[in-house]
Amino acid sequence: MKNPLDSLWGTVISGLVLTVVLYYLVRAMMGG
Amino acid sequence: MTWDFIQHGLGRWFHIGAGVMWIGMLYYFNFVQVAALAAAGKDTPPTGAGITKHVAPRALLFFRWAAVATWIFGAFILGDKLDDAFFFKERAYIPIGVGAWLGTIMLFNVWVLIWPNQKKILGLMPASDEEKAKARRVAFLASRTNVLLSIPMLFFMVASHGVLRAQVHFFG
Repeated sequence: MKNPLDSLWGTVISGLVLTVVLYYLVRAMMGG
Repeated sequence: MTWDFIQHGLGRWFHIGAGVMWIGMLYYFNFVQVAALAAAGKDTPPTGAGITKHVAPRALLFFRWAAVATWIFGAFILGDKLDDAFFFKERAYIPIGVGAWLGTIMLFNVWVLIWPNQKKILGLMPASDEEKAKARRVAFLASRTNVLLSIPMLFFMVASHGVLRAQVHFFG
């Protein structure tokens, strides 16, 4: 499997996915 | 001039200013310089020497010290709430705490992975061709990791005053 960090699109999409994951994690931590 | 103005007014101003410099340079490296050097390397003869000699060292200078300044002013803004943010002690500080952790990991990447390897790549410290090739890959992946982390980092910096602040209000 190709490393997503080798392409800019792969990097940006990975960043967006991590943002969504962390958003729901933080909401859960905040009791929301 | 009150302490609150110095901490939250001037502190935030400098934090964002240094952050623009840091992330601006990071995006320059990843969105512009990497592709430019690859294209320059394909020219006959290669034309990237000027970038490597004159641009990259200056860009790296502002990049790595802006990273330090950004972190210090961020810590200054948090003040006595620094541990509340980093250890998620208070619910309202969880979003900025996540942003602060992401920024701290990025600062680590700058000083421990990117800069020491860039010194080898740019010839600022001695390295064999094999060491340079390895340094190039490590610095590249650390830099790309920082681009990746900058996306949620910026979201949580903004969200702590925006969408997730509303959550605190709503659920609080």
